Amino acid sequence: MTSYTTPTKRLGLVIDLDTCVGCHACAVNCKEWNAGGHSAPLTDLDPYGPNATGVWFNRVHSFEAGEGRAGRTVNFPRSCLHCDEPECVTVCPTGASYKRAEDGIVLVNPDTCIGCKLCSWACPYGAREYDEDEGVMKKCTLCVDRIYNETIPEPDRVPACVSTCPAHARHFGDLGDPDSAVSRLVAERGGYDLMPELGYRPVNKYLPPRPGKPAPPVQPAEPATEGLSGFLGWVDRMLSR
Amino acid sequence: MHPAPSVIVFTVASGAGYGLLATLALLAAFGAILPSLWLGLVGFGLALGLITAGLLSSTLHLGHPERAWRAFSQWRSSWLSREGVAAVATYLPAGLLALLFTFFDPGRGTLAVLGLLTAAGAIATVFCTAMIYRSLKPIHAWCNHWTVPGYLALAAATGLALAFAVLGAFGDAAAGPVGIAAIVALAAAWWVKRSYWAFLEVVPGASTPETATGLGRIGKVRLLDPPHTGENFVTKEMGFRIARKHAGRLRVIAVIGGIVLPAAFVVIALATAQPLHSLAGAIAAVLALAGALVERWLFFAEAKHTAMLYYGATRA
Repeated sequence: MTSYTTPTKRLGLVIDLDTCVGCHACAVNCKEWNAGGHSAPLTDLDPYGPNATGVWFNRVHSFEAGEGRAGRTVNFPRSCLHCDEPECVTVCPTGASYKRAEDGIVLVNPDTCIGCKLCSWACPYGAREYDEDEGVMKKCTLCVDRIYNETIPEPDRVPACVSTCPAHARHFGDLGDPDSAVSRLVAERGGYDLMPELGYRPVNKYLPPRPGKPAPPVQPAEPATEGLSGFLGWVDRMLSR
Repeated sequence: MHPAPSVIVFTVASGAGYGLLATLALLAAFGAILPSLWLGLVGFGLALGLITAGLLSSTLHLGHPERAWRAFSQWRSSWLSREGVAAVATYLPAGLLALLFTFFDPGRGTLAVLGLLTAAGAIATVFCTAMIYRSLKPIHAWCNHWTVPGYLALAAATGLALAFAVLGAFGDAAAGPVGIAAIVALAAAWWVKRSYWAFLEVVPGASTPETATGLGRIGKVRLLDPPHTGENFVTKEMGFRIARKHAGRLRVIAVIGGIVLPAAFVVIALATAQPLHSLAGAIAAVLALAGALVERWLFFAEAKHTAMLYYGATRA
């Protein structure tokens, strides 16, 4: 299973950094669904203590980019990108880590994973999180147990993060099909790869923030009060104390 | 990167063990040491003991050590798997060579074939170990052309220092040339590590917060809020940070303690008679091993992973 072929169907996410409001709902709903899903449980250690840690498949960072008026605050959800060249898969010594031929989803078989953590070292994006309690590596499954699930209503057959996003900043679809809604969105908005220099060829794409509105004209400074004389001068001096 | 003790002990012990094994195997292959009970027991025993202890140590950090046998299956793509296969394959000629060398005298031809096979297996295994790290693109400090020479040179230096100590203790005639080879290997290790550290100073990794987020088109990128206030697996595993001044001192300790002093003690041993000869040889071997442990700890502690670019790191 360690060798893989790039499938024609390439399911993935398109994340719109322009509209993401940084509410963490995607991360929370991901945790909620996956705590009972394909890779369940997502163990938390010391959950009510001072050093709570746990397995999450989705983390929302906030960055500042640029300086001054040209600068932007950008909320940045980060999860597995289901790469076309997933070295997390090729470094796996047991074949527990694999890329599905039918849709390109990268998964871990928890029954054959030895918990060596090498795949997490091979992932530049920090997408894999080790479950210390279970002794196996875990990662985003692209909600493989939702998207093909015929027991839930059809509109809900999308990853949990996508279904819950209140800003509609997350889109799910087949990025291998140039005519799919997500592919058209990527083409239209200039969607890009993270760390393209490493050559992992991620399937997930990020849409850049739209250019900001032109900066408003600079407000004139407060009228100077210095040098006022008479009663107003006295009021100014009293209030300035 | 988090310097896990089990992996540091594994790479140093197995490196030294394979270095010693390759040295003894080549000496036996070319008839420079002759089959003998005590040299066989101590020399091959020490080599195979270090290798086995190292390999067992490497399973300590696994989440499921009982499934370790599965790691032999993916040799077509995984250097970790190849290392496992090479290690097990090397046991065959090495075990046979050790057995015949110690208890029988199978003759020059057999020793030559088994010795060359054993040495080739030992070198191949250390090469695979190094390639595990060499092939990890997210870690610039490992994914460069100094990693493989570093592992091979340190395995040779520690292995030859051990071989010199063992042969010196037996008063074997091969001790002299092996001692000189140990000094050459220590010098080579010093040169490789010095070049490696200079490389890290000069050549930065390709990835930055700008490429990691793709927001470089707007301007310089800095972390405003991390996703969580505590630690997670990624920050614990990839986020190990060592103070620069400590790294500098530890590099000096590794070079002085692990290379300069062992070389000096080999020189002392070569110039003196027993019992000082054996004592100085043993001190050289212990120092070389201790220095290699410091070097290997630094190899992990100083390495930065691109995932930390999402957590405020400015370079990886």
